[in-house]
Amino acid sequence: MAQNMTADAAHAHDEHHESPVVFGFWLYLMTDCIIFGTLFAVFAVLRDQFAGGPTGHEVFELSGVGIETAILLFSSITYGFGMIAAHENKVSTMRTWLGVTFLLGLGFLFMEIREFSHMIAEGNGPDRSAFLSAFFTLVGTHGLHVTCGLLWMAVLLFQTAGKTELNERMIGKLTCLSLFWHFLDIVWICVFTFVYLMSVI
Amino acid sequence: MLGKLTLSAIPYDVPILVGTFIGAAIAGLAVVGLITYYGKWGYLWREWLTSVDHKRIGVMYIVVALVALFRGFADAIMMRSQLALAYAGNPGYLPPHHYDQIFSAHGTIMIFFMAMAFMQGLMNIVVPLQIGARDVAFPFVNTLSFWMTTISFLLVNVSLFIGEFSQCGWLAYPPLSEQQFSPGVGVDYYIWAVQLSGVGTLLTGVNFFATIVKMRAPGMTYMRMPVFTWTIFCTTVLIMVAFPILTVAMGLLGLDRYLGMHFFTNDGGGNQMLYLSVIWGWGHPEVYILVLPAFGAFSEITQTFSRKPLFGYKTMVYATASIMVLSLVVWVHHFFTMGAGPNVNAFFGIMTMIIAVPTGVKIFNWLFTMYKGRIDFHATMYWVIGFMITFSIGGMTGVMLAIPASDFVLHNSLFVIAHFHNVIIGGVYFGYVAAMNFWFPKAFGFKLNEAWGKRAFWFWFVGFYVAFMPLYVLGFEGMTRRMNHYDNPEWHPWLLIAEVGAVLIACGIVCQLTQLYVSIRDRNLAENRDLTGDPWNARTLEWSTSSPPPFYNFAILPEVHELDAFAHDKEAGIDTRQAGGNYQPIHMPKNTACGFLIGAFSFVMGFGAVWYIWWLAAVGLIGVIATVIARSSDNDVDYYVPVSEVVRIEQEHTHNLMAAQAAE
Amino acid sequence: MADHISSSGESHGSVGSYLTGFVLAVILTVASFGLVMSHAMSPAGTGGAIALLAVVQIVVHLIYFLHMNGSSEQRWNVMAFVFTVLSVLVLVAGTMFIMHDTAINMMSR
Repeated sequence: MAQNMTADAAHAHDEHHESPVVFGFWLYLMTDCIIFGTLFAVFAVLRDQFAGGPTGHEVFELSGVGIETAILLFSSITYGFGMIAAHENKVSTMRTWLGVTFLLGLGFLFMEIREFSHMIAEGNGPDRSAFLSAFFTLVGTHGLHVTCGLLWMAVLLFQTAGKTELNERMIGKLTCLSLFWHFLDIVWICVFTFVYLMSVI
Repeated sequence: MLGKLTLSAIPYDVPILVGTFIGAAIAGLAVVGLITYYGKWGYLWREWLTSVDHKRIGVMYIVVALVALFRGFADAIMMRSQLALAYAGNPGYLPPHHYDQIFSAHGTIMIFFMAMAFMQGLMNIVVPLQIGARDVAFPFVNTLSFWMTTISFLLVNVSLFIGEFSQCGWLAYPPLSEQQFSPGVGVDYYIWAVQLSGVGTLLTGVNFFATIVKMRAPGMTYMRMPVFTWTIFCTTVLIMVAFPILTVAMGLLGLDRYLGMHFFTNDGGGNQMLYLSVIWGWGHPEVYILVLPAFGAFSEITQTFSRKPLFGYKTMVYATASIMVLSLVVWVHHFFTMGAGPNVNAFFGIMTMIIAVPTGVKIFNWLFTMYKGRIDFHATMYWVIGFMITFSIGGMTGVMLAIPASDFVLHNSLFVIAHFHNVIIGGVYFGYVAAMNFWFPKAFGFKLNEAWGKRAFWFWFVGFYVAFMPLYVLGFEGMTRRMNHYDNPEWHPWLLIAEVGAVLIACGIVCQLTQLYVSIRDRNLAENRDLTGDPWNARTLEWSTSSPPPFYNFAILPEVHELDAFAHDKEAGIDTRQAGGNYQPIHMPKNTACGFLIGAFSFVMGFGAVWYIWWLAAVGLIGVIATVIARSSDNDVDYYVPVSEVVRIEQEHTHNLMAAQAAE
Repeated sequence: MADHISSSGESHGSVGSYLTGFVLAVILTVASFGLVMSHAMSPAGTGGAIALLAVVQIVVHLIYFLHMNGSSEQRWNVMAFVFTVLSVLVLVAGTMFIMHDTAINMMSR
């Protein structure tokens, strides 16, 4: 039985499996990627179905889109700085950067809601034409994700309030949100390129 | 205040539904009464409803699947009876609006709540054991998945008694399913049920993929993974690719209906054909999501009962993987007649024929496994052989449908119905029942009665042919699907034969229920108990632990040196359990009610949204978000099982083992 | 402490790498907007160019913000990503192919 005992000792602790949380979240993001992919496919099919309504050229304002893009880019890097602070266990620095990111996200959302409400007020809402249905749904889904990201960020800011150090579970959560946030930025690249810019060429 | 909900939504003037309601109410009260009488509510809540143990969740999934089978089959036999009657001026007993709800509910329930729930139940019970893990990667997500599936099924059943169900077929094609043509709540029930259960399935996909990638026992490389695990691996990949597409399809249809958008409407630039393309982008991978696990189960069963290792393990793995990839590029074969040109139809027709090749490879692998094996004709093996015959026929009629030119003749006819029941009953259902017979002793510690199992098989097998072969003929005679009544005298005899087949299948289901009853009654007989944990002399790791396994599955994680790890250990005389070994405290997740709560709030949200009761939907949504946040703030989610507890459980098992060996 | 999380399949960058990524992203974004707003190229040429710029920018984000790399602990993350991209391409290209062909064949536009 002696060799049995050593074999046991060799893999005695069952914690040799690394935490699968970040990997699992990555997989979820991949499924989200497919949701956006399908919405892009739908938009591609319906992008010239104006049904007598306005074309993209008439309703899109590139300057606003530019500002939104800039805000998201800035928020990506501020979140990144927050993650660096988190890995160095500087909780208050991390919270500051997260707060800045939160405000930038809020600004983005404000810009988007303003754009949408302008369009709806002018009678160019999502029920105007298939093109506008596809536009509002695609961009709105991205906006909904940003909203969820902000809610999540608020929860994490609340949960880290008054903490002096971050445990592994909290770092895992922050990492997942960072993946989510950067992923939304990548989706936005496709949005401004294939939805806004392509429509006004 | 109550949105669209009024008293007139209760169908008290439809005798069939009133009867069903009374029956369901009596059965429900009986169950509630029995649980109360025996004082089991606390046990049920603590040990089952809030459990994060994958084995218990798996059992609950299969219970849901069996209830769904019962409901779906009741729908099926009602349809067959209607068509046996409704001939030459006789309107039958089901008016069109009721009949249309029945065939829509039949398809929706059988796919989403019978087959999907059964499949997820099997993967829950088997996969962690088979890869030598103690639980899944995300135990809490697992209970959440289960509850999302269950409350969606509940939502479908609520539609029986409050309002109506969709009348648009199981995929709710627009423009019929749009507000303009279906102003009732039926389609909304359908959308919310499918959407919420889709969330559950998607999470299962993520969960089990992560489990298989990250939690295999030491030494289990990918090419040492059991075939069932391989098929689940490919299935989870397909779930992760396909279910988001379904989410989008249902979401867009919902936006059309709720917000007046124009994705699939006749006006405003909408395009109903786009819906077909999107929904079948999910729908085709879905059939492989269902059948791949059945293939996996057949492989395990064939090798076990042929007393031989599986013939061509590697080709089996490659065939499974190629089916996984190919199933993503064949979806147009469901709508060749939509109006696409020859380029599109030819491409997708050829891809469809190609996918038959790896499936054929598998059939030959099973045949060669049996060839020169010492075959034990156990009840489980009956289902396997019945499958091979039936599925081959279904596959061949599938290739006929894959030829665009012949599809133009057969599309939307009963030929299509016969074909997909041929592969779904003969492939998926036979597979799941075989798997249930095979793994039942692992889950419960006693075997299912074989005599009743064989009777169930023969009724199902013969009943299937009697019920569905006439539909092939009717398809050639031009009878279309979803028809409420007809005048053609040539069809009538065939439909009568099909009705007989449905009755035979009903006998099969009764035999299955009897099998369960008899097996539970005789569970303590010595020949039925599984004390060793290895009743079939099987080859894979799940059989190396006791039956039922302790909640931590393995006191000491097994080490894998070869494919068919357990068979290898038995041959080499290695004590896989390492009984009396150097035990360590075991890290386990704690039970939680959060999955149940999120499910309950989702149900409230779905019900509110169906009836436009917006405050109720908001309550549900806020409840879901609040529960998620509460769960994320909870740091007390796991614990360690002390060594003394492990030693006690393991010694008890050793004691049982020795008693069993002494009895032999 | 600083590197004990990297085992979870997620490496993390430095201030320098974030800044590099940021500068590259800004350049690529400005180039896209500039091309469209200045009408410097033909419509077809502009479309192709901004699509290319978007792909490059996605790669930049993946490397500098999502820290994707070829290391062994990231093998499955990268494989999952590649398979997803492939599936999305099949889906988008397939849908466009089918719907375009149908529209031509049915003379619906």
